[in-house]
Amino acid sequence: MPGVRLPDGRFRAAGGRANFTDDGGGGAKVAISMSSAEGDEFRVLLDDVRFQQGGHAVFDGLSCGFPRGKITVVLGASGAGKSTLLRMIGGLTRPDSGRVLIAGQDITELSETELFSVRDRLGMLFQGGALLDSLTIFENVALPLREHTRLSDPDIADEVRRRLEAVGLPDVDDLLPGQLSGGMKRRAALARAVVTDPEIVLVDEPFSGLDPVNVRRIENVLVDLNRRLGITLIVTSHHIASTLRMAYRMLFLADGSAIYGLPDDLLKSSDLRVTEFLSAETQETWQPKSPTPPGLRLASRAPRGAA
Amino acid sequence: MKAPAIESVGARSTLAVMKLGTFAVLGGRIVRAAVMRPYRVRRQLDEIFDAGVRSLVIVCLSGATVGASLSLLGYGTLSRFGAEGFLGALVGHALVRELGPVLTGLLVTGRAASAMAAEIASMVQTEQLDGLRMMSIDPIDYVVTPKALAMIFVMPLLYALFVAVALYGAFAVGVDLLGVDGGQFLTSLENALDFGDHVLQGLVKSLVFGVLVGLVAAYRGYTSEPTSVGVSAATTGTVVTASVCILIFNYIITALWGV
Repeated sequence: MPGVRLPDGRFRAAGGRANFTDDGGGGAKVAISMSSAEGDEFRVLLDDVRFQQGGHAVFDGLSCGFPRGKITVVLGASGAGKSTLLRMIGGLTRPDSGRVLIAGQDITELSETELFSVRDRLGMLFQGGALLDSLTIFENVALPLREHTRLSDPDIADEVRRRLEAVGLPDVDDLLPGQLSGGMKRRAALARAVVTDPEIVLVDEPFSGLDPVNVRRIENVLVDLNRRLGITLIVTSHHIASTLRMAYRMLFLADGSAIYGLPDDLLKSSDLRVTEFLSAETQETWQPKSPTPPGLRLASRAPRGAA
Repeated sequence: MKAPAIESVGARSTLAVMKLGTFAVLGGRIVRAAVMRPYRVRRQLDEIFDAGVRSLVIVCLSGATVGASLSLLGYGTLSRFGAEGFLGALVGHALVRELGPVLTGLLVTGRAASAMAAEIASMVQTEQLDGLRMMSIDPIDYVVTPKALAMIFVMPLLYALFVAVALYGAFAVGVDLLGVDGGQFLTSLENALDFGDHVLQGLVKSLVFGVLVGLVAAYRGYTSEPTSVGVSAATTGTVVTASVCILIFNYIITALWGV
């Protein structure tokens, strides 16, 4: 069933739908207002998106919005379509039907060449990093700056080193991606994704395979980008603690549709799929396998806003 | 029973036409990327160097052995008629117009084109091409075109190298080993070869094979499935398709040029 489902199970069209009007010329409809009932201005919006893969409906009338200048975390079981959702927003995967609007522009109707101008606004961190194997880490991070800016070589070098330091990789300039661990690759890829300060950053599983220190480091980088530059972040994650600290809104994907709301709303949800997912993840993340050592007390959940 | 068979033929034909269409569109995008800015001179030189150097040893080794074998075989036949002096003409004819371009094409296909297809397919599998797209960099422009053009540049050069090394191999075996007069060998070679009919035909063939091999490798790699099976299929498909194309086009060019 299309629409956005609230944590209490109700559907709400205004929660994630744009108000459309006809352009008057009988052509494609254009969005004139992209805002939610709570006053969020959506920078990215999916409207009644349907997508099948291998005979299975990944999205069955999915409608959801991502507020401008905020962090939205997308949760869901493996295969729920989290990565597909990001690829769709990036124009890498086209839906079977429905609209994907970025700043009011329906990108499903654009050609590959036209999509490049939309992607100037976007940055994306892929799950595997997607760094170019043949270039060094420095060259990888410098690539968007060399291609799209007129910065001098020293300025590019300064910017690249600053970004690499921010993700905790100060001494990897001359290494090839193949010489880094999976977690380091992902951090370098994050530096590349944000080096041009794009308006919207899509981040696919930034915390998987990272140690707790680097989870916190990446979380800080993302939160800093959002707060300092007002970048709209759409993050898929299984890391509940980080999610709760970072997220302004959460989107839970299940059965081809979405459950959308505040992190607290989602935690209080009575929807079985949400409670099952959160309880499993919470147990996995926080419950100690051995008795807690004296003097060490583990919280059942990390407090929100602790970052 | 007949209906499913006819449907299957129809589906395969439609698929073949669609693939041909995709191939043509990709070719068009490569041509457009080659002539339009930005010109990636540094990347182009790197790719030419890679493709050329990758094939250098195998081309030289194969050239020398093919020339030597041809000389041995030709000497055996010609000596029956007391015509050993024409050994240079025999090997020259065979190498410059036919064996040179065809064998060079097949060698480069097996060595550099398969590597090119595997590299592009592996970039598809690891989302590197998608990563470029998300940076508003066209992968056709940045990755595929320099690699495909490199094939076109290196093929005539490697053909010339193959023929030169093969002639030297033939000369060494014929003159130094079998005792054919060196002057006669070179004179017959020089008299037998005409630039327009032989050398130019060989160069044109190698250029056409370069275009074919470059496009086939680009197409197979770029349209591969993003799996490890896709990478291996792209590599095998490149070698098979490009080899068959080389043999077919060799016949067509020879027939059109006139024997």
